[in-house]
Amino acid sequence: MAQENAIEIIDLKKSFSEGDYVLNGINLNVPKGKVTVIIGFSGTGKSVLLKHILGILKPTSGTIKILGKDISLLTDDEKVKLRRHFGVLFQYAALFDDKTVLENVMFPLDEHRKDLSKTQKLQIAYEKLRLSGLDEKHYKKLPGEISGGMRKRCGLARALALDPEILVYDEPTTGLDPILTEMVDNLILNTHNQNKDSSSLVVSHDLHAAFRIGDYVAMLDSGKVLLHGPPKVFLESDNPLVARFVSKGVNKK
Amino acid sequence: MSEKLRERVNHYLDLIVLTIVGVIEEFIYEVGCVMSFGAYSMGTFFKKPYRMKEFIQQMEFIGNKSIFIVVLTGTFTGMALAFQVYLGFRMVNATSLTGPIVAMGIARELGPVLTGLIVAARAGGAMAANLGSMRVSEQIDALEVMGVDPLEYLVAPRMWASVVALPLLTGVFDFTAMVGSYFLCIHVLEMDEAIFWDKTSLWLNPNHINEGLIKAAVFGAVFSLICCYRGFKTTGGARGVGDSTNRGVVLSMVMIIILDFFLMNLIDIYYKVTT
Repeated sequence: MAQENAIEIIDLKKSFSEGDYVLNGINLNVPKGKVTVIIGFSGTGKSVLLKHILGILKPTSGTIKILGKDISLLTDDEKVKLRRHFGVLFQYAALFDDKTVLENVMFPLDEHRKDLSKTQKLQIAYEKLRLSGLDEKHYKKLPGEISGGMRKRCGLARALALDPEILVYDEPTTGLDPILTEMVDNLILNTHNQNKDSSSLVVSHDLHAAFRIGDYVAMLDSGKVLLHGPPKVFLESDNPLVARFVSKGVNKK
Repeated sequence: MSEKLRERVNHYLDLIVLTIVGVIEEFIYEVGCVMSFGAYSMGTFFKKPYRMKEFIQQMEFIGNKSIFIVVLTGTFTGMALAFQVYLGFRMVNATSLTGPIVAMGIARELGPVLTGLIVAARAGGAMAANLGSMRVSEQIDALEVMGVDPLEYLVAPRMWASVVALPLLTGVFDFTAMVGSYFLCIHVLEMDEAIFWDKTSLWLNPNHINEGLIKAAVFGAVFSLICCYRGFKTTGGARGVGDSTNRGVVLSMVMIIILDFFLMNLIDIYYKVTT
């Protein structure tokens, strides 16, 4: 039986200036219920691709299907509805500065779950924050008063608030020390294991993390998918660029 | 003129014309972007979900937190203007007209313009900086991917709060400026209190006050639109936030002063047509 895809990208191209393509014909499937990691050197179009998937940028050409729906054909209202299926953990968590940790997690519930009472929303927010491993003594603090790791946990709790079908992590371990990096990786794995139906898409340049948490890994280079498959495909690949990336571990030197 | 020289002159003329056309095109495009940004944002305020909580928060920030500085500026402006008018009118023995002239000047010009400038510097700068830092820290992107329209959630309450708060603050400015001029004229310059109020109430009519309040509402829309747009379009990290704030505030202040002249004429024509 063919595998169902949460996200399907067909021949996606994006150019910010004439003739200069940041994305140059991306074809990629993110299967349902799996963790897919997108890796690549800096400046290969990972973040631009992510912004297309989230609908923040519009493609020059090509198709993006989210849960079977071509997002270019959707009206604004339909896009808003579709976005409720997403939970996004941004690179620096993107928490609202003027809201406490608890209010940040409550925010998507206040916006989209008008059917719930305040008590029910609070219960969900507390549950998600506990699930993300954030101690209760930090719930009333502002984002500026907690550490980077705590902010990531709070960001994850906010991403999980609406029980999304697709979880997106944008460079979740960038700028973190090795211990926090492992903690965030475990957090992603635990979150996925607790909700096996959800699909996760992680954008990273951390190869070790990609191999550890990813069911599938896709490597981007020059706006194209260079290699896509289970992690072992990368170890066996004789493509010089892939071999170099694998041997160097992280960054392009 | 040789053929070669003529070609070169034509080439440079083409370049100049193309550059001018390019600048005009860009200006028109930018104005169009700002106008559609403002019109769309203000329109979303009347769509569900209504953002009353955010509107009241902004009213508190723009209105309530500006009162002290408006009162202070208003009082001293009233006194300074009254003294200047008094000095001028003393030369033609017409000091009894100090009150009405100050009242008209404050209600029609200085009230809305100075309040607009003060609030644009204080609240407008904060708006641009706030939205700019939200943009560079991906908070606006976060709103968008959570299915919340950032223009409806962030911009509309700020713009409407500015439109409502500025006339109210102008009213406060007008009042305190008159109190200041009254204090100076009656208690320092020892003018006749009865004549001061009698002439003022005779010369000043409600249309003068309305003119100032209408202008204030327009200034509120203009400065909040410019500052929100600048903040919203911020790029380039902390430096970009600083640039947006700087440009937003400066452009708002210049626009308030330029618009004041055109609004004054427009309102004058309107009164002439309707009376």
